[in-house]
Amino acid sequence: MKQNKIAVKNLDLYYGQKQALQNINLNILEHHVTALIGPSGCGKSTFLRTLNRMNDLIDKVRITGTILIDDEDIYASQVDVVTLRKKVGLIFQKSNPFPKTIYENVAFGPKINGTKNKAVLDEIVESSLQKAGLWNEVKNDLQKSGLALSGGQQQRLCIARALAVNPEILLMDEPASALDPISTSKIEELIFELKKKYTIVIVTHNMQQAARVSDYTAFFYMGEIIEYDKTTKIFTNPANKKTEEYVTGRFG
Amino acid sequence: MKNKFLGKILFAASAFSALLIIAVIAFLLIDIYLGGKNYLTWEFLTTVPKEGMTEGGIFPAIVGTVLLVVIMSIAGVPVGTITALYLTEYAKRDSFFTKLIRFAVNTLAGVPSIVFGLFGLGFFVQFIGYGMDKVFTEGSTLRWAQPNILWASLTMALLTIPVVIVSVEEALKAVPDELRAAGLALGATKWQTIKKVVLPNAVSGILTGTILAIGRGAGEVAPILFTGAAYFLPHLPSSLSDQFMNLGYHVYIMATQSADVEATKGIQYATVFVLLLLTFSLSAIAVFARYKLRKKYSY
Repeated sequence: MKQNKIAVKNLDLYYGQKQALQNINLNILEHHVTALIGPSGCGKSTFLRTLNRMNDLIDKVRITGTILIDDEDIYASQVDVVTLRKKVGLIFQKSNPFPKTIYENVAFGPKINGTKNKAVLDEIVESSLQKAGLWNEVKNDLQKSGLALSGGQQQRLCIARALAVNPEILLMDEPASALDPISTSKIEELIFELKKKYTIVIVTHNMQQAARVSDYTAFFYMGEIIEYDKTTKIFTNPANKKTEEYVTGRFG
Repeated sequence: MKNKFLGKILFAASAFSALLIIAVIAFLLIDIYLGGKNYLTWEFLTTVPKEGMTEGGIFPAIVGTVLLVVIMSIAGVPVGTITALYLTEYAKRDSFFTKLIRFAVNTLAGVPSIVFGLFGLGFFVQFIGYGMDKVFTEGSTLRWAQPNILWASLTMALLTIPVVIVSVEEALKAVPDELRAAGLALGATKWQTIKKVVLPNAVSGILTGTILAIGRGAGEVAPILFTGAAYFLPHLPSSLSDQFMNLGYHVYIMATQSADVEATKGIQYATVFVLLLLTFSLSAIAVFARYKLRKKYSY
């Protein structure tokens, strides 16, 4: 049975006076990949960050409407943002490993959660790197700096780091936009693997990528969702003309 | 054609200025070394001044200067670092309170050092010190209400705090925001992110601040004139309420107050040489530590 992991209802977001998101309504299914596409500045990254409240860090952002994750309102006053962010991991566009060793990068999350036992940490580091498809490449270099890795490896290290805190949802903000084709395809294979255990929301500028990795696609335009449907439908037979123009590359 | 010519002139002028600075420093160091080299013995470094300071060594002044710098750093660097942390990590960028702090820091940085000396005398010695004596001994003995190494160090710390704040702030700003975001996105609290991500990456900047503060503090005389430096002390300070000798002040005393200025000339040169050496080596230690840390946390 398909289950709603995230339910967004009537979401509006303002930067000061400027409205960046308008009446967003969206249900995101568990263990599926949902792609957010649309031209630059359409609000898709902003929307992605509302899902783990990273927008809270920006002054003057105001949000109305509700976002339910597992039927809990994540903007309710009793919600602990720190707990929320452990449950909803975020992978950034530009890979941002800490200037620490590979081991320390992955162990960062478990350590701040209070895991001190070396054997437990070792185990988490290994399994997270394995899930991120990086273990075989780095298992002999765990004490090397994370910054010594290639761009694609760094991004997979960041994914491993996010997996180490045991999230349920992974948000990815154009995770492969700065990577070469081979690294990109590795990330895409990884996404395919990861959706068995996690719910994934991915922002991408790359139409082919959205078509390849996602099950559902939402097309954003000027802060609104124009169309949201199964990816195959969006790319082969979109209901909206604007969507068709965008996915066929006529603008964007 | 004309541009090329102007370019050559500019190059010559800038090269000349650079060389001039090197020449000045070289001249200074060589002159000081030659003037004092006959006095620079192990004995000079390890004995107390004798015969109205025309003979003997400068041991108490060396120890006093080092103690001053150390106490000053212990007092000033944490305060400066925490203020910089507040300004970069917590304060809203253009709130009234932030502007007020920045205004205070800038003003403090511009205050002449002699004014710090007078402030130290009025605030630490006469107000705090007098108050402490009143509380501890009901005013029957004079212990804290007189110049001593603690008040001198605290006065010096006030002078160096702006230096620390500015350089630590620069270091914190240099830590990429993506790293902060990465920490927060992993469910770290703000403080955990600062402790585990921001501060380790800013250590080299904090050390730079300390170096600059030490460089400033070791050379300044005006702030300690009224707050703790002694004209002559044959022994070392044994508690925070003791006065102390200081290299910079010692030079000043020998040059202006000595009965026989000519006789002290070589000692003055040698003392200045030691002062420079001390400042340089304290800086060198910090530079080395910074280099090591930078290698560890490079991004």
